[in-house]
Amino acid sequence: MPSEFQAPANVTLRPPVASLGPLGWLRANLFNSWPNTILTLLAVWLIVRVVPPVFNWAILDAVTGQQSAAACRAPGAGACWSFLSEKWRFILFGLYPPDQHWRPALVVLLIVTMLIVSCDRRLWGWALAAIWLTGLAVVFLLMAGGIFGLPYVDDTRWGGLPLTLIISVVGMVLGFPIAVALALGRRSELPVVRALCIGFIELVRGVPLISVLFMASVMIPLFLPRDVTIDKLLRAEVGYALFFSAYLAEAIRGGLQAIPRGQYEAADSLGLTYWQKTSKIILPQALKLVIAPMVNNFIGQFKDTSLVIIIGIFDLMMTAKTALSDPAWLGFYKEAYLFIAVIYFGFCFFMSRYSLWLERHLHRGQRR
Amino acid sequence: MKTILTIAGTVIGMSLMASAAHAGPTLDTIKKNDYVRCGVNTGLGGFSIPNSGGQWVGLDVDMCRAFAAAALGDANKVKFVPLSSEQRFTALQSGEIDVLSRNTTWTITREGELGALFGPVTYYDGQGFMVNKKLGVKSAKELNGATICVQPGTTTELNLSDYFHGNNMQFTPVVIDSLAQVNAAFFSGRCDVYTDDASALTAVRAAAPNSADYEILPERISKEPLAPAVRQGDDEWFDIVRWSIFATLQAEEWGITSQNVDTFKDTKNPDIQRFLGVTAGIGKPLHLDDKWAVNIVKQVGNYSEIYERNLGAKTPLKLDRGLNALWNKGGLMYAPPAR
Repeated sequence: MPSEFQAPANVTLRPPVASLGPLGWLRANLFNSWPNTILTLLAVWLIVRVVPPVFNWAILDAVTGQQSAAACRAPGAGACWSFLSEKWRFILFGLYPPDQHWRPALVVLLIVTMLIVSCDRRLWGWALAAIWLTGLAVVFLLMAGGIFGLPYVDDTRWGGLPLTLIISVVGMVLGFPIAVALALGRRSELPVVRALCIGFIELVRGVPLISVLFMASVMIPLFLPRDVTIDKLLRAEVGYALFFSAYLAEAIRGGLQAIPRGQYEAADSLGLTYWQKTSKIILPQALKLVIAPMVNNFIGQFKDTSLVIIIGIFDLMMTAKTALSDPAWLGFYKEAYLFIAVIYFGFCFFMSRYSLWLERHLHRGQRR
Repeated sequence: MKTILTIAGTVIGMSLMASAAHAGPTLDTIKKNDYVRCGVNTGLGGFSIPNSGGQWVGLDVDMCRAFAAAALGDANKVKFVPLSSEQRFTALQSGEIDVLSRNTTWTITREGELGALFGPVTYYDGQGFMVNKKLGVKSAKELNGATICVQPGTTTELNLSDYFHGNNMQFTPVVIDSLAQVNAAFFSGRCDVYTDDASALTAVRAAAPNSADYEILPERISKEPLAPAVRQGDDEWFDIVRWSIFATLQAEEWGITSQNVDTFKDTKNPDIQRFLGVTAGIGKPLHLDDKWAVNIVKQVGNYSEIYERNLGAKTPLKLDRGLNALWNKGGLMYAPPAR
């Protein structure tokens, strides 16, 4: 066909304005059909209505610097960033003694570093386990103190972001092995093990996290003798890790079931024992398959830490709420919640991006 | 539900029996720990809340400090245990705390069935009325015909209509469920009056843009006596809690403050001499040394100082003493003689 085409000689065609350049782009992407034109116009209208007021509130009319609450309550005042400059240390570190704030700050840094280091696949294995165990021990020593000249700080004074991270990360570290064990146990051929695992998973999944935390904080002390009190934070942490492990176990079970029967049979025919088969063939493939649901669980559980508010533990959410109840600074909800929303978003976004990267990285074999 | 209640009842019952069997003197535990474990609210302005520097402040918190000053001689030897309202009595029963100082209303059920023993009232709260100063109203008795903003609740609405019927007055209720909306309705002038517990009204007022325009009327139409509580079965510790509070009241009655307490050392009044431990005798009944009362006054202050610091005119809450004034100034605060 092309050979039959005769280009008209000496005619310089202008580029088609309607399909190239900015105008063309607009037509192709924003106004290519009636419904899309209407949606575009609606979106423009929304942006015009929403962005300027938000900009005025957050920047132009905002009250900044070391001002009093009265300045923020003046008519026409926008966002009260003075509230945050007064309260940011309390929101981040809670009741921790202010002259020791470098310790929880270091703890946050340490945990974030450990999370980033864990992303490096070259370290996966016993090295990573060692890093985490030492890391968590250092975190605990830093927070509690009492040695190396650090003043002792009771865990009723821990709070804010480091506490949220500790609850969440310890929950992951404790919960993950339990979850793997539960998932394997649920598919075990030993009836007692299987029944126990199913019973535990269904029981824990059948009740809300709040009631687990309540049981941990209200019921357990009643069964203990008067002079034995288990630390409130520890009780909450254990309840939290168990709750989390039941959910994670179901995600991992999905991965186990997705492994083709042939993989099991091949391992058996090689004469591998159950543990060799599980640790070298089944689990590595199964865990890779369930990265997305697992990270989904991690993100969910990170945000669920805010429920410890109901048993009087000062996590990030609680410190923000408490900062809001200060009689001198009542009513600056927007600023406080925006502040912690940014922090929560930062951590959750990091986790989700990392999981995407990891999935792509580990699925190279399957990619066509 | 019934089964759950029975189980819960049995559990609490068992724990009470256990407490009777183990009733070890709380004071010994406190001396061994070298701190008083005090259950407080997680965040209620004026009563118990951490300030920007992470220090606990408030009336309930200062009472904890008074107990520590009495029992250990140092007001800083307190371990504050923040508790939600559901946890508070369990924490007391299970021995997690030594005393509960958490804006808790003293009722017969709590004392009889939950195994708590309430000390003297540290704050008389109750339902009150807030009005705009422009109305020129000075007493709730002048509110006939008013439009009243109220949140639908268990007793707030009921108390309101009882009070008005009892005084042969008419009112138009404006019932709004959400706190934010009821605040907006009141501050926009849709109602003349806003009713709620007085301490809650002050918080609403403190958050208002022009809080000086509003006034809380002196009448209280319901009884919410807030008092600290200890476990039943340890009378020695109960006495210390009780008399620590009385000591703050007694000091106010005599005009002894944390500032001027040293000038009272040379007083001729034998009651004050004994109170300040100049002459012996005040410590023995409580198994403490004679300096316990002076420690409270010096380190924490008298009741008036505690009140003004946390709730008084210089704070954002600006709460009048009202019922919480001393008995000889028209209030209900009365300490038995310390002799």
